[in-house]
Amino acid sequence: MTLKPLIFVIVLLVVSPSSLAQEGGLDPASLLEPLEKSWLTYSGDYSGRRYSRLTQVTTDNVHSLTLAWTRQLDTGMPALEGSNAPTFIGGEGTGEFSIGAQRIKGSILQVDDLLYVTAPDHVWALDVRDGGERWHYFWKTRGGPHIGNRGAALWHDSLIFETVDNYLVSLDARTGEERWHTEIASFEEQYFSTMAPIVVGDNLLVGTGNDLDAPGFLQSFDPETGELRWKFYTVPMSEDDPGFDTWPSLDAARHGGGQVWVPGSYDPETNYYIFGTGNPTPGYTGVARRGDNLFTCTLIAVDVDTGEMAWHFQTSPHDTHDWDSAQTPILIDGVIDGVPRKLVSTAARNGYFFTIDRVTGEHIVTSRYGATSNWASHVRENGSPNPHPAKEAIIPGALVSPVEGGVANWQPPAFNPDTGLFYTQENNGFNLLYLTDPDPRGSMGLGGKDRITVGSGGNALSAIDYRTGETTWRHAWPIGGGGGAGVLTTAGGLVFTGDGSGNFVAFDAANGGLLWHTRIGNISNAPQTYQVDGRQHVLVAAGGRLFSFVMY
Amino acid sequence: MRVVAFSVAILAFANVQFGVFARTAGGGGGQAGQDRAQRLYPALQRPSGDPDLIARGRVLYGINCRACHGLDLRGGDLGGPNLLRSQLVLRDEAGSLMGPVIRDGLSGPGGSAMPPQSLSDEDIRAVVEYIHSILASASRQGGPPSGEEVTLDILVGDVTAGQAYFAARCSSCHSTTGDLQGIGTRIPEAQELQNSWVRGGMLNTVRPPITVTVTQPSGERVEGRLERLNDFLVVLTQVDGRHRSFSREDGAPLVEINDPMAAHREMLPVYSDTDIHNVTAYLATLK
Repeated sequence: MTLKPLIFVIVLLVVSPSSLAQEGGLDPASLLEPLEKSWLTYSGDYSGRRYSRLTQVTTDNVHSLTLAWTRQLDTGMPALEGSNAPTFIGGEGTGEFSIGAQRIKGSILQVDDLLYVTAPDHVWALDVRDGGERWHYFWKTRGGPHIGNRGAALWHDSLIFETVDNYLVSLDARTGEERWHTEIASFEEQYFSTMAPIVVGDNLLVGTGNDLDAPGFLQSFDPETGELRWKFYTVPMSEDDPGFDTWPSLDAARHGGGQVWVPGSYDPETNYYIFGTGNPTPGYTGVARRGDNLFTCTLIAVDVDTGEMAWHFQTSPHDTHDWDSAQTPILIDGVIDGVPRKLVSTAARNGYFFTIDRVTGEHIVTSRYGATSNWASHVRENGSPNPHPAKEAIIPGALVSPVEGGVANWQPPAFNPDTGLFYTQENNGFNLLYLTDPDPRGSMGLGGKDRITVGSGGNALSAIDYRTGETTWRHAWPIGGGGGAGVLTTAGGLVFTGDGSGNFVAFDAANGGLLWHTRIGNISNAPQTYQVDGRQHVLVAAGGRLFSFVMY
Repeated sequence: MRVVAFSVAILAFANVQFGVFARTAGGGGGQAGQDRAQRLYPALQRPSGDPDLIARGRVLYGINCRACHGLDLRGGDLGGPNLLRSQLVLRDEAGSLMGPVIRDGLSGPGGSAMPPQSLSDEDIRAVVEYIHSILASASRQGGPPSGEEVTLDILVGDVTAGQAYFAARCSSCHSTTGDLQGIGTRIPEAQELQNSWVRGGMLNTVRPPITVTVTQPSGERVEGRLERLNDFLVVLTQVDGRHRSFSREDGAPLVEINDPMAAHREMLPVYSDTDIHNVTAYLATLK
């Protein structure tokens, strides 16, 4: 791993951080509190559980949840005339790209009287009581794939987000005016950025994406100034780096992928930021990168202050299906064999569920939660599923489950400590996967294959016991349902998600009983909850429209 | 890394011989189908170079660079790296980074070295323009440019074993003298033939509809073509064209689905890849 702590030192020499540090706004220490009245960071709190302690909405009264307001966001190019709310325009692009309508596919921050909503190139501040626009910021892009934005981070009175064309942008959270922007990855190397930055103390953790065989990395920036503090590469960048023996050459490793594109979780006791990494590249042709390809498709714990890796566990050695393991891991204080343990669990895109000791990295549980996942030959002694070579892309075609989107994807799972259950979408499609580029040098990026969807084994919402990996209850969606929504769970005994058939639904967290639904269109993010005027609200996005529900 | 699935058009060539399909090596769909005006990828945003200079660069590349970096720039026999994913090449502006390397050589990681090339500044400029012109033809999602056509034979299965499998598992619904008569002629391209039978029809096939019977608590039964189904609603069209919809709650009314394609879906976890290849080989013989 190549670390770059020097810049941090330089910053200290030039200006004392205390002279710049903001005093007002959100105290970063409040992010340490378990999720309750506000939604202050990507997962609501650092645990990744998406478990709210709010209890006004319960299994008994969820049927009385009612709409407080709804608002359609205009995700096209902003019209400067005719808007009452201020619009600010920034960016290094020419403004020539019409990026089209964008969907809300990330977390919305809620603090005091405002909501902060993002879509690629857009940030809005909306009034929490009626969705009215307070300000709008639009970024003129240089380009890149506009597939989504996962949200923003709050640092005192700054709102910080990533742009597709790899800038970190800091706005005045009160007014929407830009404070600064700084480049975080090379546009020319075809990086693109979607992640919600995560504030931990005075570190701002930032990830990026790439499909062109470039190395993945997690970076820490000074949230006040945008100066780089450290950069942690997820693949070996020199022959002395750990994991180099899992690659055939340094050239393969340095083009090996492992992008960090979904936020992780943070454990204050160990000061570890725990996150999953993306797939190795080239994605579908592993011939020129034989080996396990560390640290791609790996759960990694890094010390937030140094960027040094504490432990790792590979959830998908030598992936050849574009199944990253970037899914947000969930910190669980649980009991294994009668002994209290500090754990972390993740449901990976490849259809396998894992529970790991988050202090030591010791493996505890591996199970297959994707009902039809058929790509692994066996589970290795260390707990990693072993890929079967016959299920790679082959010239005559291999029947592979899941499809490229995986059993789960970026859509956040949830964990409820009252039930001990881990809730995740479970998608069981089948592809015929053909190798179209048998070149012994391998292909590049996600090229070299044809993938043809031929059917589905059915999709479900699954509730997994973190101690065993076994599914406690499973709600099979009717024909054509399932897919694109994340999950929220609450101390009211509820699980909220979308059914992929146009309904926003609530389950009994304990047994999967369906309690409530409303037809608002397909949910495009994970539902969230917070309290305003003493009343619990539930907020969710369906495409470009927000719905705020309330319990009176 | 990409979240949304995109379907890749199958290239069917009218003149390919039986059982073999030809395609270009890159796969993954090139830029041709994309709106070039969008030019969202940086390599596409560079101004097009002078065609004469690029042509000259192509010749010079063949003479000076090809042995190490390959005819297609993806790496060659003498161990030169793939230039199409080289971070130095991708960041280069009109030779700003490539020029000094071509002129002076490079000591790479692990001690590998690129020797200096005795090319004039003008020749270096031509080679750089040529390399950028190839980068601009890259596929989306990092795939390489479409390369030479390669011929891939996917008919690797055993015809006799495929016939036996068909008799055991498929013949209760399908007949080689009925619905599948001449299927090997009707779908001459083997990959499409395989996709079609595993899926249960070509992509544009009108499949037999899913039908549904709804039995209300009163005992009334309503039948029709299923339009929508979720946990809360079933919508159908009756044979006379009438639209009906029923709310679903606590298991009522009783909804019975008849999906003609269910057998295909249920087979997906059952097939081995060998079964699939054998059946495809057998079906391809049905002329």
